Amino acid sequence: MKLYRSHVLVCGGTGCHSSGSAGIIDAFQAELKKHNLEDEIKLVSTGCFGLCAVGPVVVVYPEGAFYSGIKAEDVPRIVEEHLLKGRIVNDLLYHDHAKAEDVVSTLDEVEFYKKQKRMALRNCGVINPEKIEEYIAFDGYKALARVLTEMTPMDVINEIKASGLRGRGGAGFPTGLKWEFARKAPGDKKYVCCNADEGDPGAFMDRSLLEGDPHSILEAMAIAGYAIGSDQGYIYVRAEYPIAVKRLTIAIEQAKELGLLGKNIFGTDFSFDIELRLGAGAFVCGEETALMRSIEGKRGEPTPRPPFPAVKGVFAKPTLLNNVETYANIPQIILNGAEWFSQVGTEKSKGTKVFALGGKINNTGLVEVPMGTTLREIIYDIGGGIPNGKKFKAAQTGGPSGGCIPAEHLDTPIDYDSLAKIGSMMGSGGLIVMDEDNCMVDIARFFLDFTVDESCGKCPPCRIGTKRMLELLDKITSGNGEEGDIEKLEELGNNIKASALCGLGQTAPNPVLSTIMYFRDEYEAHIKEKRCPAGVCRNLLRYVISSDLCRGCGLCTKVCPVSAISGERKAPHIIDPDKCIKCGACAEKCPFHAITKG
Amino acid sequence: MKSIQELEQIKQRTLQEVNLRKDRKGTRVVVGMATCGIAAGARPVLLAFVEEVQKRNLQDITVTQTGCVGVCRLEPIVEVYKPGEEKVTYVKVTPEKAKRIVAEHIVNGQVVTEYTIGAAEK
Repeated sequence: MKLYRSHVLVCGGTGCHSSGSAGIIDAFQAELKKHNLEDEIKLVSTGCFGLCAVGPVVVVYPEGAFYSGIKAEDVPRIVEEHLLKGRIVNDLLYHDHAKAEDVVSTLDEVEFYKKQKRMALRNCGVINPEKIEEYIAFDGYKALARVLTEMTPMDVINEIKASGLRGRGGAGFPTGLKWEFARKAPGDKKYVCCNADEGDPGAFMDRSLLEGDPHSILEAMAIAGYAIGSDQGYIYVRAEYPIAVKRLTIAIEQAKELGLLGKNIFGTDFSFDIELRLGAGAFVCGEETALMRSIEGKRGEPTPRPPFPAVKGVFAKPTLLNNVETYANIPQIILNGAEWFSQVGTEKSKGTKVFALGGKINNTGLVEVPMGTTLREIIYDIGGGIPNGKKFKAAQTGGPSGGCIPAEHLDTPIDYDSLAKIGSMMGSGGLIVMDEDNCMVDIARFFLDFTVDESCGKCPPCRIGTKRMLELLDKITSGNGEEGDIEKLEELGNNIKASALCGLGQTAPNPVLSTIMYFRDEYEAHIKEKRCPAGVCRNLLRYVISSDLCRGCGLCTKVCPVSAISGERKAPHIIDPDKCIKCGACAEKCPFHAITKG
Repeated sequence: MKSIQELEQIKQRTLQEVNLRKDRKGTRVVVGMATCGIAAGARPVLLAFVEEVQKRNLQDITVTQTGCVGVCRLEPIVEVYKPGEEKVTYVKVTPEKAKRIVAEHIVNGQVVTEYTIGAAEK
């Protein structure tokens, strides 16, 4: 293999891909060719670096120079200055929000990475995910080799149990125990499945893992196969993740070519194969029983548990089903030992958790932190705080199944149990930050709207109950709320939680219940005062012109699309609330800031 | 895949290639590559270093470039940073000299005194 003196890593994750990284790779290719540097400089398309907010991201080694927000036009300069002449192009480097002195030249200096601990994401943004050799160079498949040649299946299970790893899909069931159940279940044929049906709005941890380090998932599934006595694995991944599907397909092919999947792996009598199953994007298919039915080719509908998948899963055989991120931790635990893993995290939640940071936050992106890190550290130290100096209002974890965490709980250490205690949940790792401009009733309505859409319709509590809840929320946000509506929502929500068939229905009321718990005053303002404190709900919104500030310049009358504003020149104007459609154009235009939402 | 040895072989073969991204300790060979350096022939020197490092399968060595070192009349200039040792500056380096620097200094730890800036300035 050839030695290159410098490596140019271009992020090829979905985030940077959509901000144009493919064009950047082409530009680098052309420029390197032009300067005859093709044999000296290696160009690598990697997985996600995590800082999606400033994408596309380019890192140049050996310096570790971290370029952000790169456009194809910038490439000739980087090649000519940095790669040819060895001068780092300072003005294209990443600028840290947190730092006073402007430029940060290398990856290690970026605040965003300092508090992170990249265990599951260790290879993301480091290796080329389409080359199995690079994964192997970073100790890839070594854990599988060790398991097959030195350990018994029970050794493996005991190691995982001792590590304290819990399911990263959200519920947090102890992984080792799950493996043990699947091993002990009687059956001639067993299956190992991977849940890569990541459906929460705003979550992209699993996608980034599959895109950045697909082999770690394959290796972990093979280890699981050995541990429970299975020779067949299925990865259920959504078809909306084309890059992940492509890289998984390549990874499976390469692993088969090298004999790391297939018959008699490492000369032992263990054989294991993995197939992909593409989902069509139904949220309910992320629920384990529905997912397994979908793998079988049937309609994705949940079935009652028990029987649990470990007893009767895919094709009615014992099945082990884990989330992508859970698997990503497995090879590391085998290689470094359970003790190494359990040193990280809190007493009952070990290891790290990957979060997809989104919403009103400066550093939108992917972060991995030790369990027990506080929300404040994630949002302010790693996430860089809220844009435009706005105030933090709440963070939403767990997507449509989770709840809101208000400012008073910012210092809660994040782990499975403390999140459950404050009415939210870990969830798969979506973390949406909301500031003072977000209306909590509207947020609850948004998530419920999503679950109503995604309910499979099999059980009445979910099909009918969530619909009734949504109607109540619509009523409140449109200004028709009545006394007693909040109590109705609470009663309905608690009944749905208790009676729905699967996880989707059982958790669907969470966003509503947790916002009522922490922001009841906002609900009450909507109902009693017919007012939306955040100024989001249109029907409750009123724009008024302050007669003190208005100079009568008339600009607002020109931009108003419905001619709702009138007044004499140089005298205070007024808005006719009956005509006003609350588009806000006048408030934006007013040079004296005389128009406000009231 | 029939054996762990086979896996280890693939790892070793690729390791050198990805090492660059892993740690940045070890010896650094820095070639002055400003206009003056390039005009004096720094490019073949840089390539010679890369080639030599690869040929000898040396680990933990990065070959990189820098801008103008300042003494343009002595270009091509190469600086070798070994951990815990003082930097050594070689001047008027040629591909042939590069090979000797790798063999004697980088591998065996003997500075090639006659090529250093100290010798040139005497």
